Amino acid sequence: MKIIYVLSLVPFIGILGFLPIVNRIEPYVLGMPFYMFWMAMWVVLTSVILGIMYKLDPRNREGESE
Amino acid sequence: MNIALLIISGFLVLSIWLGIRSTKGKDMNLEQWTVGGRGFGAIFVFLLMAGEIYTTFSFLGGSGWAYGKGAPALYVLIYITLSYVVSYWLLPEIWAYAKKNSLMSQSDFFVSKYKSPMLGVLAALVGVVSMIPVIVVQLKGLGIIVSEASYGAISISTAVWMGAISLTIYVMLSGIHGSAWIAVIKDILMIVIIGFLGVYLPIHYYGGLQPMFEAIHAAKPGFLKLPEQGLSVSWFISTVILLVSGFYMWPQVFSAVYSARSGKVFRKNAIISPLYTLMLLFVFFVGFTAILKVPGLEGADADLSLLRLSIETFDPWFIGIIGGAGLLTALVPGSMLLMSVATLLSKNVYKEFIPTVSDQNVVRIAKSLVPVIALIAVYFTLNGGETLSALILMGYSLITQLFPSLLFSLTKNNVINKYGAIAGIICGLAIVAYITLSHATIGTLFPSLPQAAKDLNVGIIALSVNFLVMITVSLMVRKFSVR
Repeated sequence: MKIIYVLSLVPFIGILGFLPIVNRIEPYVLGMPFYMFWMAMWVVLTSVILGIMYKLDPRNREGESE
Repeated sequence: MNIALLIISGFLVLSIWLGIRSTKGKDMNLEQWTVGGRGFGAIFVFLLMAGEIYTTFSFLGGSGWAYGKGAPALYVLIYITLSYVVSYWLLPEIWAYAKKNSLMSQSDFFVSKYKSPMLGVLAALVGVVSMIPVIVVQLKGLGIIVSEASYGAISISTAVWMGAISLTIYVMLSGIHGSAWIAVIKDILMIVIIGFLGVYLPIHYYGGLQPMFEAIHAAKPGFLKLPEQGLSVSWFISTVILLVSGFYMWPQVFSAVYSARSGKVFRKNAIISPLYTLMLLFVFFVGFTAILKVPGLEGADADLSLLRLSIETFDPWFIGIIGGAGLLTALVPGSMLLMSVATLLSKNVYKEFIPTVSDQNVVRIAKSLVPVIALIAVYFTLNGGETLSALILMGYSLITQLFPSLLFSLTKNNVINKYGAIAGIICGLAIVAYITLSHATIGTLFPSLPQAAKDLNVGIIALSVNFLVMITVSLMVRKFSVR
């Protein structure tokens, strides 16, 4: 259960915590300025992290009865 | 009538028809009309909630911000994404409690948790006041779409009236079932159109994304990253935190939460929802393309950029399709909002004072309130010159005031009592009202602070005061009652 709590903080740190460092235009990645690429990348990573949380969370193994 | 308007009207007729059809053969009591009988599975709840998020605001306002302000526009993408992380924990809790106590609205939640009908009425009123700016956004969006698609033949104010009337008819006939069906069509259309525009326009005009961004960077240096002052890094972080706190405080979002069949639905939906949000990136690309191609849209006119650029680029029939999709992005959330405001006023305010009213009468009153609310929204739409984004931020600063007491109500041994909750909400609202009317920023209130603190979103002050007052009053009341 503990690790799930930590995981849900990761997107906040990745997006908001790193903002001062990643607020830059160069280098362009996938055609986007770096700042924009960073944000887009974290949106995808947030999905992945939520997927992992879902798998690890014992509550989701019960049926729809909950 | 041109071909674009004809297609848009086709969309309108189709959505009203679907709305009527979805209610056939169902007995529409209050629970059916508002929370769909609590029987929606994962996909329907997902669409309902996504319908809340992909509104005209993201369609026109998102591209408008990218056009007018550049990099700071990405806050929209981020606050929605991070809210889904919060939803994983928050929504199943709310759902389970609502189901156990058969709650129907957000105020019921506060009444039940704090054993205070007064707090319920207050929460309902906060909801009503916060939702008005958001309804205004939908009407404004409808006005812009119809008047742009008519190539100027229909003025914005006529278009706003037409939009308000269609919205009213739609809500009165269908309730939440209509919203869910139209949401399916709307979302598919939105994805296809936004995806197409976001890919095609930069390639058509610049040969690709990177050449486009390089051209913007050359013409407007600094536009593609957060500025040192104003909409800076600290503004971005504080705004995102504020909006994440407010994201699930909307009464209509609560209704959508209640309509789920199980709590697991939310945890499952949280996984795919951020990817769905990624569509907004394409909306921003359209706004960025428009910067150098349809220059000169100032202030609130920035919201026109997506449609102006499309009109420059495509034939009228395609403008009709874009406009039709836009119409649905206003109709779905607009109908949910109108219905929510009407239900709040009739069930959580009126019935609270006159408890003998029967359920049928509550529905009747709610339905008859719909046109009245629509009229009020039309008044504000025609008399305000704010951008869509400014309106949304205002609604959010108001609704966020419910967050502190809601958060504490989910803890096991809640230290907050109803006095603290009520005092906190009222103080928070008073500060939002003062800030909105005086156009204050943290910079003007506390000129000696460092720049990073000055750029913080002013909504943060109201929220912090709310927290402090709530805790102080609760502890004081407890002390006195112990004595």
